[in-house]
Amino acid sequence: MGGLPAGRVEPSEHDYAEWEQRVDALMVLLSGVKGGTPRMTVDELRKNIEALGPEAYDKLGYYERWVTSITQTMIQRGIITTDELGRKMEEIRARREDACRK
Amino acid sequence: MPEVAAPGAGQYPTRFPSLPVRFAAGDRVRVREAAPLGHIRTPFYIRGHVGVIERYCGAYPNPEELAQMRDGLPAQPLYRVRFLQSAVWPDYAGRPEDTIDIEIFQHWLERE
Repeated sequence: MGGLPAGRVEPSEHDYAEWEQRVDALMVLLSGVKGGTPRMTVDELRKNIEALGPEAYDKLGYYERWVTSITQTMIQRGIITTDELGRKMEEIRARREDACRK
Repeated sequence: MPEVAAPGAGQYPTRFPSLPVRFAAGDRVRVREAAPLGHIRTPFYIRGHVGVIERYCGAYPNPEELAQMRDGLPAQPLYRVRFLQSAVWPDYAGRPEDTIDIEIFQHWLERE
């Protein structure tokens, strides 16, 4: 990060989880490269990844950084509000807990 | 403002109203030593170093502005700039003629 020593690069292939593929697809759709109205640029994605604190940057995985940044951009652009986000996250958490109880 | 066609037409629009192109291949340039906030494509390690314009790469909306939800126009000319590795890295152990090419936008370059 930011020119700091990062140790050895370990080249390896791995399959992407479904949620990771969905995050990638989300970026394709929002950036409008396949048509439709562009809702954000790759530069906003990068800015909001770079704006993560060092601790969050290290803790989050690659697509976790992406989805955090995409969400931040949607809030900055006024496409969603923080309140909507909070309520939606709560709704999904409750749905999952409900599913676990069954 | 002149419109400059960028190479690699295809997926993205490549014609934008752009700033005049100031440098040509072979010109010596110094990378500005600045550290503004935001999303900056110019790597820290190359700021302050002198290189030679290898080629002009077309003009593109300024990513620093795109990152802040603006249109980045007029487009900034982009260049591939060549530096000596041994000048960039004090402890460089490779061959003395080794170079590194970095694509840098015009507003980060000054004539040397």
